[in-house]
Amino acid sequence: MGYQFDFSMVVKILPVLWRGVLVTLELWVICLAVGLVLGFFVSLARISPFAPVRLAGRSFVELFRNIPALIQLIWFFYAFPILIGAQLTPFVAAALGISLNTAAFSAEIYRSGIQSIERGQWEGAMAIGMSRADTFRRVILPQVFRRMLPAFTNRAVEVAKVTSLASVLSVHELMYQGRVLSSTYYRPLEILTTVGVVYLVMIYPMTWTSSALERRMRRKA
Amino acid sequence: MSEIAPSTTDAPILRSENLRKSFGPIEVLKGIDLDVKRGDRIAIIGGSGSGKSTLLRCLNFMELPTGGKVFLEGERIGTVRTARDGSQSVTYSERELMSVRRRVGMVFQQFNLFPHMSSIENVMEGLVTVMRRPKSEARARAAHELERVGLSDKLDVYPGRLSGGQQQRVAIARALAMDPEVLLFDEPTSSLDPELVGEVLRTILTLAEDGRTMLLVTHELGFAYRFATHVIYLYDGVVHETGTGEQIFRNPQKEKTRAFIARSSEFSL
Ligand SMILES: Nc1ncnc2c1ncn2[C@@H]1O[C@H](COP(=O)(O)OP(=O)(O)OP(=O)(O)O)[C@@H](O)[C@H]1O
Ligand SMILES: [Mg+2]
Repeated sequence: MGYQFDFSMVVKILPVLWRGVLVTLELWVICLAVGLVLGFFVSLARISPFAPVRLAGRSFVELFRNIPALIQLIWFFYAFPILIGAQLTPFVAAALGISLNTAAFSAEIYRSGIQSIERGQWEGAMAIGMSRADTFRRVILPQVFRRMLPAFTNRAVEVAKVTSLASVLSVHELMYQGRVLSSTYYRPLEILTTVGVVYLVMIYPMTWTSSALERRMRRKA
Repeated sequence: MSEIAPSTTDAPILRSENLRKSFGPIEVLKGIDLDVKRGDRIAIIGGSGSGKSTLLRCLNFMELPTGGKVFLEGERIGTVRTARDGSQSVTYSERELMSVRRRVGMVFQQFNLFPHMSSIENVMEGLVTVMRRPKSEARARAAHELERVGLSDKLDVYPGRLSGGQQQRVAIARALAMDPEVLLFDEPTSSLDPELVGEVLRTILTLAEDGRTMLLVTHELGFAYRFATHVIYLYDGVVHETGTGEQIFRNPQKEKTRAFIARSSEFSL
């Protein structure tokens, strides 16, 4: 292989990559926050005593879990505007798509967490006269958060990866900058490798945290 | 229990008339009449599946009865509605059930402590969330209840670090903190290692000395004999025989009661 590596130009493109990193982080934080909050309400719908509400929650989850994320993003940018009669910026379309996708997956984490809490916890609280709402808030949810923490950090890792899809909508995040730079400099090997390493550096701490939490839970159980 | 020697006081605190409970097509309680007066200590004994737990759970409305009436301090629980065709049904508001459950405390076989709260937080929870007491007052009261069950040195310890006997005593303190008028125990020592049973039974006996009104489901017949002012032998969802401990354990009148006592005594009397 006679390829001449030239990593010196990587230093030149670092400022541009850094701007991409910031956009990626922004997208990551927004989608995770919106997804976790919205997912919580979707999970409540999933376990609602009212069948139509349950069906709505279920449909939402299955829709977003079973259609490729890439199609969801493209749909929100090109198709959704036709429905609402207003154009979305690429960033907003991407944030919307990824947030809803994250909500669907988080909803399932909440739901399985809530359902994993033993009946006895509800009964212990109800036996001292607590309302269902208070029981849920004070007794059930804190245990769900604890128990599902590894699953949530795992989801955070997935969301970080999914943000790279926003590059197809020309959102100026890390992947997009990498693609533009590599065709500008004709140096895809160095530049895309660098981009990969930057993702690794961003995401690995989260993965590590997730598996550390899982190990700790296993030891406790 | 009206047919037995009259108790210390007047009107029943807790009373059931023809109490029934079905799960689907299976009727588990087939018409239970019960009169619990202040200071009564009632031991409920009977074979597995005879409906002991279901009876307790209907009395504090963890399960909703499917028939009959329950009175707490003379007041009927639930609202009777008459449909247009004349059929009647009983509905319960959550508020009413919450109040009944606070007034009729329950201690479970599996403790059901909140694992993410320390002992004292477990006991404070009802005071703060249900009774809306200020934190400081709730803390003082909780500390007092834990002292009563002999756990002053475990206030800030989490349930996971307590022995089964200690957990059960925290659960008793948690129930006591709500000032219940009646306390229900469903086999409070059944999931404990044998060497831890004694401490929980002693705690229950101190409550008896305080004159608390209690119903206790147990397989420890020896303890039931010492503890109870009345004993109920439940068989297949009906009160098969009832009387004082002396009557039921020393001189049972019915064949099935006699057989049950004989069978169980090999282990526990
Ligand atoms: N939630 C429920 N759904 C269906 N059946 C139930 C339910 N709870 C209890 N049962 C049935 O009701 C019957 C009485 O149960 P219960 O728990 O009251 O018995 P028990 O006298 O407490 O028995 P044990 O000594 O084993 O605790 C059993 O046949 C049981 O299977
Ligand atoms: Mg039982």
